[in-house]
Amino acid sequence: MIQWIEIGHLQDIPRLGARVVTTDWGNIAIFRTAGDEVWALDDRCPHRGGPLSQGIVHGKVVTCPLHNRQINLTDGQVLAPDKGCTHSYPVKVIETGQLLLGIPETYKQALQLT
Amino acid sequence: MKEKLVCIGNGMAGVRTLEELLKLDPEKYDITVLGTELYGNYNRILLSPVLAGEKNIDDIILNSQEWYDQNGITLYTGHTVTQINRIKREITSDQDVTIKYDRLLIATGSNPFIIPIPGHNLPGVVSFRDITDVEAMLAASRHGQYAVVIGGGLLGLEAANGLMKQGMDVTVVHLLDTLMERQLDKPAATLLKTSLEQRGIKFLMEAQTAEIIGTEQVTAVRFKDGLEIPANIVVMAVGIRPNTTLAKAAGIYCERGIIVNDTMQTYDPRIYAVGECVQHRGQAYGLVAPLYEQAKVCANHLADMGIARYSGSVVSTRLKVTGIELFSAGDFLGNGKTEEIIFQDPAQGIYKKLVVHNNYIKGAVMYGDTVDSAWYLQLMREQADIGHIRDKLLFGQAYALGSALGGTAASAVTLMSDDTQICGCNGVCKGTIVKTITNEGLTTLEQVRLHTKASASCGSCSHLVEQILAITVKDYHNTAPKKKAMCHCTELSHDEVQTAIKQQHLTSIAQIFDQLAWKNPDGCQVCRPALNYYLLAHFPAEVKDDYQSRFINERVHANIQKDGTYSVVPRMWGGLTNPQELRAIANVVEKFNIPTVKMTGGQRIDLLGVKKTDLPAVWADLNQAGLVSGYAYGKAVRTVKTCVGSEWCRFGTQPAMELGVKLEKMTWGSWTPHKFKMAVSGCPRNCAEVTIKDFGVIGVEAGWEIHVGGNGGIKVRVTDLLCKVTTPEEVLEYCGAFMQLYRENARYLERTAPWIERVGLDYVKQQLVADNDNRQSLFRRFLESQHFAQAEDPWIARALGGLDAHEFKPLKQVTTSEIKVVALPEEEVA
Ligand SMILES: Cc1cc2nc3c(=O)[nH]c(=O)nc-3n(C[C@H](O)[C@H](O)[C@H](O)COP(=O)(O)OP(=O)(O)OC[C@H]3O[C@@H](n4cnc5c(N)ncnc54)[C@H](O)[C@@H]3O)c2cc1C
Ligand code: SF4
Ligand code: FES
Repeated sequence: MIQWIEIGHLQDIPRLGARVVTTDWGNIAIFRTAGDEVWALDDRCPHRGGPLSQGIVHGKVVTCPLHNRQINLTDGQVLAPDKGCTHSYPVKVIETGQLLLGIPETYKQALQLT
Repeated sequence: MKEKLVCIGNGMAGVRTLEELLKLDPEKYDITVLGTELYGNYNRILLSPVLAGEKNIDDIILNSQEWYDQNGITLYTGHTVTQINRIKREITSDQDVTIKYDRLLIATGSNPFIIPIPGHNLPGVVSFRDITDVEAMLAASRHGQYAVVIGGGLLGLEAANGLMKQGMDVTVVHLLDTLMERQLDKPAATLLKTSLEQRGIKFLMEAQTAEIIGTEQVTAVRFKDGLEIPANIVVMAVGIRPNTTLAKAAGIYCERGIIVNDTMQTYDPRIYAVGECVQHRGQAYGLVAPLYEQAKVCANHLADMGIARYSGSVVSTRLKVTGIELFSAGDFLGNGKTEEIIFQDPAQGIYKKLVVHNNYIKGAVMYGDTVDSAWYLQLMREQADIGHIRDKLLFGQAYALGSALGGTAASAVTLMSDDTQICGCNGVCKGTIVKTITNEGLTTLEQVRLHTKASASCGSCSHLVEQILAITVKDYHNTAPKKKAMCHCTELSHDEVQTAIKQQHLTSIAQIFDQLAWKNPDGCQVCRPALNYYLLAHFPAEVKDDYQSRFINERVHANIQKDGTYSVVPRMWGGLTNPQELRAIANVVEKFNIPTVKMTGGQRIDLLGVKKTDLPAVWADLNQAGLVSGYAYGKAVRTVKTCVGSEWCRFGTQPAMELGVKLEKMTWGSWTPHKFKMAVSGCPRNCAEVTIKDFGVIGVEAGWEIHVGGNGGIKVRVTDLLCKVTTPEEVLEYCGAFMQLYRENARYLERTAPWIERVGLDYVKQQLVADNDNRQSLFRRFLESQHFAQAEDPWIARALGGLDAHEFKPLKQVTTSEIKVVALPEEEVA
């Protein structure tokens, strides 16, 4: 089960850009590609915590602004030859253009515990 | 808390150990490296090709600052460690930095030996060990004619070859009658000497240096027999000594070198040592192959794997003088019990000798033809019985193993077994290279170097690696690309793209992608900022800035810092300020809780640790007091540093502050290929340090001297004098024209220093000094571009006009309470 939270409108994010959703457990970066796909990742680079939302977006990749690690938007994996992974969240765009961010049950459970 | 590892010495062995350690366990330590040299870690071996003008310093950097950053390693360059306190477990540097360690790695290399004859410490007497030495030799070759190299060993000959290539008249002085006596026997050494003489190097054999002559600078060298020869530089290359000073002082047991056991530990088990500074089983090494083997073992123990042991190395030598093939390994002289197999053809300049004992190869010397050297070394290392091929041994592997291929070099490589070591420095075997080429689909020498490290150190096995490429890759031809593509989105170079933009009048990134068939639809983080810059530089009136193609700093007009906060630097024209501005800054610092306030190197105030969401409000307050953005974040004009000039200084001959302010007002806001810094000094005392700026001005009695192309960064470069002018107006014109030439001509991310070295000072002079029309038209173009660049201050536009407001506000704020926690189905909980 996933709980969907409304976070804004597709138009609020620039193409090839990102915006941030702040939460009690850290920032989530919401990216928009040239083709209007939307992806969400924890806004922390697995390398040394760089804010991924501030990077340059190209294809389905964002380049971290601190030391240029490349992170795959679709799954949060760092592209080879570097290694690492950042948490990714489901997002969807509904017909009206509204954006919904999905928080999986398991994730909530984990939050509750900490 | 992670354990702390401190490495003393930023050279080849120390850093290689860290590289190996990071491969095994990147998270185990907090690592700090201290090194005396100002440079990052570089390939010392390749100083010889640098001296010979075959490579430049940038080509030989092994790990840039970026590598240290990426691996979380703290690097102190220019720090000499002066003390190890083993009780407190900390080290101290000459700059008073003290660092605690849990484990310590000593890799201090060795010191060149200087013969203490009279005159040995005159300026102009150098050793051949580091970048500074090479720079001194290059400088000497520009100003002087005569070089004397003392020492006819490997280093001395490489130094002599380099200096000769730089156009000097070189004499090598050697105490014995054989060159490289520790690697070569008489016949080989004679062939070598003849061939070096043919290239123009002179030799004085069996000569003893008595004195180096000179008062302020060396001028000549005198010998025991009274002979005197002129010298503008004297290079001492007579040997090295393990650098044990520090270890000894800390009470660690040393003999000739620091004594280590098979796990590279010293007598203090927390302290490891690798490289030229150590002595292992009585042996000290002065070549990289053994050091790299030590590094591997040491890393294994630092990572707590505890399985590797170092048991000494068999070493081999080559001379890195282009065009001379020479190889030597093991016991090449032999003794009464050994036999020698010799092949000699003086006409062709070929000599080969194998020293054999009981059908085992003990040593080898080869001159002129070294194709089979890897194979002999292999047989020697493995102690293989050569009885059955003894009669054919000397004719090479292809022949000896009965090949039908006819004994060519390529076939020799074909016949090598997979475990033949190809790259001695890095210990890489043929099998590994072949496997990597096949698995990774490699096609160039560069790629093989990157993936396997084979031929990445001294490079003398490059031809073998190429041959392996040739037999492994179908239709391989050596097409090392001459030009470098901008990035992986295109095959075009920066220059080609710029030409296309100009000639085809392209005015948007989309057009470029389209016309030049870009491979990735959105480009990447490398090409997009460059293209955006080129477009703005060439067509300022027509091009619309592409916001998403700028790096975050330029997007939000502030510097991103390591923790994701930003820093803000207001402009202070020519370094001047006043109470009102200072008060405004102080108020902002208090109001927004800004943690750090610092003076920059360019005489401005830096406010560090500003939260991104606070940026617009911070700017609004600063703008109120008349302060505007200082562009400290951009590839743009940064600062104009000034001294107090004739306005205040008792020595000043010209008004430095006034001119500094004028220059800054004219140029602020201009985007440039890389950051651009200026300075103005009021007199030749040069208190504003003009000579390491991109554009510098020095006041003299009759006017102003204009200097260009300086850099104070990683690679310090002193400016070149462009010209002298008489009025401030001329300075402004030259400044604008110079900047425009740089803006239109240089590649993105190329500072003026490397740009000038690439295009040549003559070109710049021709464009600016010799050709008045051209200078004026460059200046006109600059001013026209400034018309758009200075249209508005970016801070005001964002603080008051709300431009790009979305950047600074979160899309949404979510709290945990908004999420309903739903219990998971029972079976999943269990
Ligand atoms: C011109 C030249 C050509 C060469 N050619 C070859 C070749 O063809 N093949 C080959 O195998 N080898 C060659 N060598 C030898 C090879 O470069 C060395 O064996 C190797 O660099 C040694 O590595 P190391 O780490 O032990 O010492 P280094 O690389 O010298 O590193 C030691 C570092 O420690 C620093 N240091 C010393 N004391 C302190 C202190 N107290 N605090 C902080 N830092 C300190 C030094 O500044 C130095 O940077 C050549 C050497 C030279 C100079
Ligand atoms: S450079 Fe000359 S004028 Fe300027 S402060 Fe120094 S001494 Fe004075
Ligand atoms: S923090 Fe992202 S690359 Fe270093």
